[in-house]
This record gives sequence, C-alpha cells and structure tokens, in this order.
Amino acid sequence: MRCLLLLSIALAGLSACTEKPQTLGGAKSDAAAYQGVDNPFAAPGWKKGDKSSWEQGLKARAQNTQNEYSKTSTSK
Amino acid sequence: MARMKFVCDAERCIECNGCVTACKNENEVPWGVNRRRVVTLNDGIPGEKSISVACMHCSDAPCMAVCPVNCFYRTDEGVVLHDKDVCIGCGYCSYACPFGAPQFPSQGTFGVRGKMDKCTFCAGGPEANGSQAEFEKYGRNRLAEGKLPACAEQCSTKALLAGDGDVVADIFRNRVVQRGKGAEVWGWGTAYGSQQAGQPPTGGKS
Repeated sequence: MRCLLLLSIALAGLSACTEKPQTLGGAKSDAAAYQGVDNPFAAPGWKKGDKSSWEQGLKARAQNTQNEYSKTSTSK
Repeated sequence: MARMKFVCDAERCIECNGCVTACKNENEVPWGVNRRRVVTLNDGIPGEKSISVACMHCSDAPCMAVCPVNCFYRTDEGVVLHDKDVCIGCGYCSYACPFGAPQFPSQGTFGVRGKMDKCTFCAGGPEANGSQAEFEKYGRNRLAEGKLPACAEQCSTKALLAGDGDVVADIFRNRVVQRGKGAEVWGWGTAYGSQQAGQPPTGGKS
C-alpha cells in the first residue's frame, strides 16, 4: 500500500515534466472576396456571394478601365 | 478565374508616382512605409525606363517559404496575404523577397520594428471583409467591393495593369503588337514563371 502511494506521488511529480504542444497555428482563415462587403462602396453590376458574377464583373472592369484599345474602333 | 497579377509597362510609365500616392491614400499606409514605389533605371540618361514595383503576389512566393511562423496564406485568386496577429516582425520575408515588398514600420518605442506590412492587391486580410478592423490592419478591401487595386485603376497612362492574369496579359500583348516594341515585362518571370530572371533557359542546348 505504501509502495503504491509512493508510486502515485512520483507519477504526479513527473506530470510537471510534460511539454506543452508547440504547433504553429498559422494564419486565420479569410472570407473569399466574392462574398462581398457590408458597406456602401461595392461596385454595382455583380451579385454578392456569386463567384462567377464577381469574376465577370472584375474582368469587365479590367477591360473597361485598363484597355483603351477596346474603346477605339481602329486600333492604332 | 486565373490568378491575379500585376504588369508594369515600362514603355508607358512616366514616373509620376500616382500609384504610390493612390496606394498610400486608399490604404492609409503609415508614415515611413511605402507598399509601392517607382524605380527608374538609367535615370537622367536618354532612354531611361521606369517601373512601378510592389508585392507581385508570386506563384511560388519566397516570403511564404521562409516565414518561421507561417503567417502567409494565398487566396483562391492567387493573392499572397499575411496575418499580422501571427507575424513576429522577424524580417526574413524582407530578405527573401526579390522585389523588396515587405515593409516594417519603425515608429515604436526605441525604434523597435513593427509587424510586416506589404501590398495586399487591395484585398485586405484575415478579418471580416470591409470591416474597420481589416481596414486598420491591412487597408481597403477593394477586391471584395468588386474593384481592382487603386494603383492600377488610377494609372493615367495605364502603364500599371492589375487583374486576372489572362486579361492583363491580353491587354499587354495587344499593345505590344500595335506598337511593335516593348515586349519586356520586368519581374514577370521572377514572380510568375518557373525560370528565374537572368538565368539561362533549362532543358535546351547551351
């Protein structure tokens, strides 16, 4: 009985030697951009949460704002 | 959708620094930090060329590879972002980046270096889209508003292109065909190609 008691005390003492896990958490998860925003600054012409409409909206925006050749009939 | 990419057309860039100003204004970037800057080669010599440089959101981003706390992540659109709550400001990413994109605010006590800050492709960070917390830590989330990065959208000569890789590559290709010169896209191979800039092509006869 005494031996068992000593063994349990020794085991309890050893538990202090365990190591806390040190795994890296990494970055938090981020919502996808096509989920949209809850502010009044969103561009019109696409549906919030609809990935394909968001993609089409961005493609159209890229052409309209960055490709001046598409605005001229003769391209020179 | 293809990956989001930046292209800077050196034939068009006039070194106006409008992109730098737009970025600082849109994202309220702190004093001493420039997420984007204009670099001029052969400055003052006839034929000088300027390009606008920021994080290129590389396909195989070296900053992600070296980060000891794994604070970087890549969105489905290929935008490389990071979590400032995890970043320890060690600066390894700064040494790894071929474009000098990572910036470190140094306005703390005793000049202590803060958490890394870099171009987000105007896509914010790991906070609720469009929230105040996201804006204060990472700047405006224009992508979630259905817009493209402010630097490119306001570029007066359209030298800086941003958006879906296929779309911007088509726009640039058309320009090169029309003008018949200036096909070089500095940084493109380093950021998006497997071949490193300045290295001979692999697999062929030398």
